[in-house]
Amino acid sequence: MVQELGQLKETASQTAGPYVHIGCTPNFAGITGVYEADLGASMVNDRTRGQRITICGRVIDGAGTPLKDAMVEIWQADAAGFYNSPSDLRGQADPNFTGWGRCPTSADTGEYVFETVKPGRAPFKDGRLMAPHITVWIVARGINIGLHTRLYFPDEVEANAEDPLLARIEHRHRVETLIASVEGSVYTFDIHLQGEKETVFLDI
Amino acid sequence: MSDISNTKPETGAFFPRDRAWHAPALTPAYKTSVLRSPQKALLALDNTLSEITGPVFGHAILGELDDDLIHNFAKRGESAIGERIIVHGRVLDERGRPVPGALLEFWQANAGGRYRHKKESYLAPLDPNFGGCGRTITGADGAYRFRTIKPGPYPWPNGPNDWRPAHIHFSVFGHGFAQRLITQMYFEGDPLIWRCPIVSTIPDRRAIELLIAPLDMANTIPMDARAYKFDIVLRGRRSTLFENRMEGN
Ligand SMILES: [Fe+3]
Repeated sequence: MVQELGQLKETASQTAGPYVHIGCTPNFAGITGVYEADLGASMVNDRTRGQRITICGRVIDGAGTPLKDAMVEIWQADAAGFYNSPSDLRGQADPNFTGWGRCPTSADTGEYVFETVKPGRAPFKDGRLMAPHITVWIVARGINIGLHTRLYFPDEVEANAEDPLLARIEHRHRVETLIASVEGSVYTFDIHLQGEKETVFLDI
Repeated sequence: MSDISNTKPETGAFFPRDRAWHAPALTPAYKTSVLRSPQKALLALDNTLSEITGPVFGHAILGELDDDLIHNFAKRGESAIGERIIVHGRVLDERGRPVPGALLEFWQANAGGRYRHKKESYLAPLDPNFGGCGRTITGADGAYRFRTIKPGPYPWPNGPNDWRPAHIHFSVFGHGFAQRLITQMYFEGDPLIWRCPIVSTIPDRRAIELLIAPLDMANTIPMDARAYKFDIVLRGRRSTLFENRMEGN
């Protein structure tokens, strides 16, 4: 026998279920008067620096139906590429930008929407710059463990071409599943859980 | 944020997730997973700043009754119906260290097994004094506690007669976005746990047992509430103390 390492196992994930909105966005779920506002409903204020953009899209199942009971969270750098987190030691992020948003998908259309700013570039581990991107996390009934992916921008062709994550995607036609489409300042990012257009999900 | 500002921020990458320990995406006995499970391999990537960092929430967001589901939706002077309980525990990482400043959000059905939700169709009645949501933030030792009523089991449309064991849903934020976790807590002794298709999505019995909170008589409030203990473990970080730095970085 040798000494035990004493490592603990991570608590197992379980589905967020159909009623995730009761816990995470109670005002959206009609449970008012408990919290003033739903967390993550607003990422910016009047003084937030950077280019204002809208991110929207749907989460689509294997039958082509948008999920109307999902919850999407995003996490991103500010316009200068800094994260509003104590673990980013490179510098002070914009205090008027949370970097984190949470949105239930609409019970009518299945659409999620975030008002945010376009993120700047942050370095990869080896110092190379990553392309501007937004981390996306999806939970819903039927999803046993939250799905991580990334949204990249269609108007960042050069940066995307040198992005270390995009470069790792072996089947090159799947790169486009991570690139939003744009019209004006509105970026649309549909997430496909299965099928021909299945989004590249990350094991991070 | 002020609550953890005197501890050194952690910047290491997280240990890889043990995917064999968690439920796989496709679990046909839980029917909704069939069309909602990715079928292609996940793309593995060592953590970057996007995953190592994450939002931090300060105690300033919390209202006085956020950790009291018996009263946070009830009319003044009234309280939710049901078995009064305390749920408490610690949030730790895989190295056994406490995670201070972790935001926990929880939601649950009422004592009869009914959720306050427009899609809910179970015939058990709503409790006018029970909303079903609460939240708290862990202290310096990673500890948390909240007061609620024990939720009832409820039937759900999966098989012809499937029942969820009594459970409380938890959403957890640690310090990095890669630690993001949603799970469910069960209660010691509930015979429905081992019949539930959602519980059974988890392949390893030990992982399921870690979701079952024991009755904790040492933390009860006599003549008021029983207690259940539920510790939560988030992914741990590699140490950065002796990390190699690449040339030119
Ligand atoms: Fe439930």
